[in-house]
Amino acid sequence: MDADGEREARIVAAKWYELFSRGARDWLRHDEKVREAVRANLPEIIAGADLNSEGARTVRVPVRMLEHHHFRLRRADESQGAGQGKAKPGDVFTDPSKEGQGEKGPGGREEGEVQLLLEFKIDDIVDWLWEEMQLPNLRARVGPSDETDWTREGWDRHGARSRLDRRRSFKEMVKRRGSSAATPNFIDEDLRYRQLARRRQPAVHAVVFFMLDVSGSMSDRDRKLAKTFFFWVVQGLRREYRSLETVFVAHTTEAWEFSEPEFFQVSGSGGTVSSTGLRKVREIIDARYNPGRSNIYLFYATDGDNSVSDAAEARTALATITADACFTGYVEVASGLSRQLATETGRLFAELQAAGCAAGSYAIADFDAVWDAVRHFFTAENEAPAP
Amino acid sequence: MTEDWQGYVRRIEELAARSGLKFHPVDFEAVPDSFMMEIAVYGLPVRMPHWSFGVRYIYQLIQRHMGHSRLFEVVFPGNPGHAYLAQSNGLAENVLVTAHVLGHADFSRNNLLFRRCQEQVSERIVEHAASHARQISAAIEAHGAQRVEVALDAALALEQHIDVDQSLRRGRYPEYAADHKAPADDAFRKRFAALESAAGGTAPEARKRAPVPPHPERDLLWFVANYAPEMESWERDIFLAVREESFYFYPVFATQIMNEGWASYWHARLLREADFIPQQAYVDAIKCHSDVVRPIAADSQVSLSINPYHLGFSMWEKIIATDGLEAARGIMEQDDDFAFVRNHLTRELAEELGLFRYSARSDGKITVLEPDLGALHEAVLAPKYNFGAPIVSAAHVRNDGTLELTHDSGTDGRGLDLERSAKVLAYLQRVWRRPVVLTTVNQAGSALELNAP
Repeated sequence: MDADGEREARIVAAKWYELFSRGARDWLRHDEKVREAVRANLPEIIAGADLNSEGARTVRVPVRMLEHHHFRLRRADESQGAGQGKAKPGDVFTDPSKEGQGEKGPGGREEGEVQLLLEFKIDDIVDWLWEEMQLPNLRARVGPSDETDWTREGWDRHGARSRLDRRRSFKEMVKRRGSSAATPNFIDEDLRYRQLARRRQPAVHAVVFFMLDVSGSMSDRDRKLAKTFFFWVVQGLRREYRSLETVFVAHTTEAWEFSEPEFFQVSGSGGTVSSTGLRKVREIIDARYNPGRSNIYLFYATDGDNSVSDAAEARTALATITADACFTGYVEVASGLSRQLATETGRLFAELQAAGCAAGSYAIADFDAVWDAVRHFFTAENEAPAP
Repeated sequence: MTEDWQGYVRRIEELAARSGLKFHPVDFEAVPDSFMMEIAVYGLPVRMPHWSFGVRYIYQLIQRHMGHSRLFEVVFPGNPGHAYLAQSNGLAENVLVTAHVLGHADFSRNNLLFRRCQEQVSERIVEHAASHARQISAAIEAHGAQRVEVALDAALALEQHIDVDQSLRRGRYPEYAADHKAPADDAFRKRFAALESAAGGTAPEARKRAPVPPHPERDLLWFVANYAPEMESWERDIFLAVREESFYFYPVFATQIMNEGWASYWHARLLREADFIPQQAYVDAIKCHSDVVRPIAADSQVSLSINPYHLGFSMWEKIIATDGLEAARGIMEQDDDFAFVRNHLTRELAEELGLFRYSARSDGKITVLEPDLGALHEAVLAPKYNFGAPIVSAAHVRNDGTLELTHDSGTDGRGLDLERSAKVLAYLQRVWRRPVVLTTVNQAGSALELNAP
C-alpha cells in the first residue's frame, strides 16, 4: 500500500520534460525539411543514391544537415586568435580541427560537418516520382496463368472444427426453431462449415530481361549507369505486377545468364556480338515463359558497337523477340562519347520503331540522364500500340 | 543523497551571504541529463519551436556521445533565480555547483549590464520565454506551422542584430525631421525679417517628413517589426519575442569571461571555507573544480582557444589578491568583458597564464605571433564584437518599399559570406514582402550588391 502510494507520488511528480523532448520534436522537423528538399530534387538524388543490392526496399541517400543561415563574415585568408599553453613566438602548428578532431568552440560556431544518411523507402520514392512526373502507369497484359489460390467458397455441413461459421450456424438454429423461446440448443444439422476451393486466378505476370553488354569496351562506369537504370526500371514495373521476374543476361561474343549479384560484377573482354545475347533471351523465353501468359520486357544496355558482320543476325534475333514482347528498350550507355544513338545497335532499334514495334531507345551519358531515360521509356511504353 | 545536498544548500547560502555575496533567492531543481542538454541547446528551459534547434540538438547529442561536454548546471538570473542541476551529479559535484550558482546569482544581481537588461526584459525570464513559446504555439494553431516557420526563419536569423544601447521598448522614429538649423541672428537675418513683415507675415514653414530610418538602424529585429510594409501583427509579435530574448541573452554573452570567472572564484573560495563539508566530498569537488577551470585538454600542450572559466578565474584571483574584494566587487558591478579584459588582463598575468596570439591561415597553418598585449586583448575579444555578428544596418527604405541594408565592412575588416547572406536575405524578403538589397564588399574590396528576390 505504502509502496503504491509512493509510486503514485512519483508519477505525479514526473515533470513534463520527462515525457516530452522539444529537442527531438525540432529534430524531426529538421528531418522533415530534409525530406522535402530531397523530394524536390529527386531525379538528381536517385542518380546518386547508393542502391542496396537485391531485396532491399530502401535506398540510402547521403544528405548534409541543413544550416539555418546568419550573416557571417567571409572566411578570412588570415585571421588572428588567442590561445594558451607552452608556445613561443614563431612556433608553427597545423590546425587540429582541420584534421577532424572537432574542437569545441565557444558557442559551437564552427561545428564540424555532419552528414546524415537518410533512408528512403523505394516505394515512397516511386510514388513521388509518379506524382511528380505524372508518368502514365504501364498497361498490363492480363491473361490466364498457372497461378492457383485457395478461395473461400460456400458452406458445408461437414468440415474442420476451425472452419465452423458460428454466425451462419446460429442462423440455421434460429430458422429451425422458429420463434419458440426454448433455450438455444444446436444440433449437428445446424452447423455450417466454411469451404475452400482451389481456383485459378487471372494473374498479371511479367518477366523483364536485362541484357548487358560486358565486352571490353564497356567500362565500370558504363555498367554502373546501366545498373542504376535497370534498378529504377524494375521498381517501375514492380508497381504494376504482382509477380515480376527478372532475368539477367550478359554477353560478349557469347552469352550467359547470371544471378543479379553476379550480373553486375561480370566483366568480360573481347568483341560484341549482340545476336548471341538476343538468341539466349529467346531460348529462355521458349524454355520458361509462355508469351501468352506473361508480359515480356527486354531492356538492353550496351555502348552500341555491335560488330558489323552481326547486323543481319541481330536483326532477325531481335525480331523474334519483339514479336512476343510487350516492349523492348535499348539504352546506349557510352559515358564520354555522345554519339546519340548513331551506332550499329541504335540503328537496329530505330528500324524497329519505324516499323511500329513497341520499342524505344535512349542514350545515357551520365548519371543525371538516368531519370530522363526512365521517363522516356515509360512514356514511350504508353504510346506504343497494343500488341 | 539528494537530501544530503539539500541540507548543504542552506548552509552554503548562509556562508555565501556572510562572505559578502548579495543575491536573490535561487530555486534549485535537479533534472535529467536529457533535459539539461535541451536547456543548453535552446538557451532557455522552454523556448519557441524551430528546426534550427533540432540541428543544434543533433550536434549536442553527437558531442555527448563523443564524451565532450558534460553539463553540471544551468542558471537563469532573476528574482528568484532558477538553477537546473543534472540529476547525475554526485554529492561533491552538487556542492560545487551550488556554490558556483550562487556566484552567478551574485553577479547577475549586481552587474549593471545584467541589471539593465533584466529591468527591461523581466526578472522572470524563464516564465517570460515560456509565454513566448505559448504565444508562438497559438500562432501555429491559428496560422499554420508553415507560415510561423517562415517568420521564425527570418527572426531567428537576425537574432544577434539588436541594439542594446537603445531601450527594449523604444518608440517609432519621430515622424518629422527636427528643425536643427536655427537661423543665425545676424544683420542680414534682421533685414530679411523686416522684409517679410512688409510682405505680410511669415509663410507657415512646411514641416519636413523624416526619412525612415533617419540614421542607419542596427536593431534589425525592431526595424522590421515596426516598418515592414506588409507584415501581419502576429509576425511582428514573433519578431519582438525573439528580440526580447536576444536582449536577455546579450549580457550573458557579453560578460561570459567575468561571469564564469566570478562564479568559479566563489565556488573555490566557498568550498575552502565550508568546514561542514565532509573531507571526501571536498576533495572530489576540488578535483571537479580543476577539471572545469583547466585551460588545456589533459593530453595536449597547447590550446588554440581560451577557456573563459580559467581566464576569468585567474583574473579575479589576481585582482582580489592585489586590490582586495571591495575593488573587485566594483569592477564586477560596472564592467563587461571588453572593459574587464582590456583593463585587467595585465602583461604579467598574460605571461603567467601562457596566453599567446596566433595567426591562422586558411590552409590550416598557424603561427604564434610576437607578444603584444593590446593585440592579445583584441584577439580574445574579437569573437564578442557586436554580439558576435557582422555589423549590418538598415539604411533606407525606397519608395517602392525596397529595403536597403548595408554592411559596415570597414569596421568588420572584410565582406560578408555571400552565400549565407543571400540565404538570410531570402528569409527576410519573405516577411518584408518587398525586395531586399544588401551592400557589402567582395574579396577585392569593391562594393557588391546582393538582391532578394
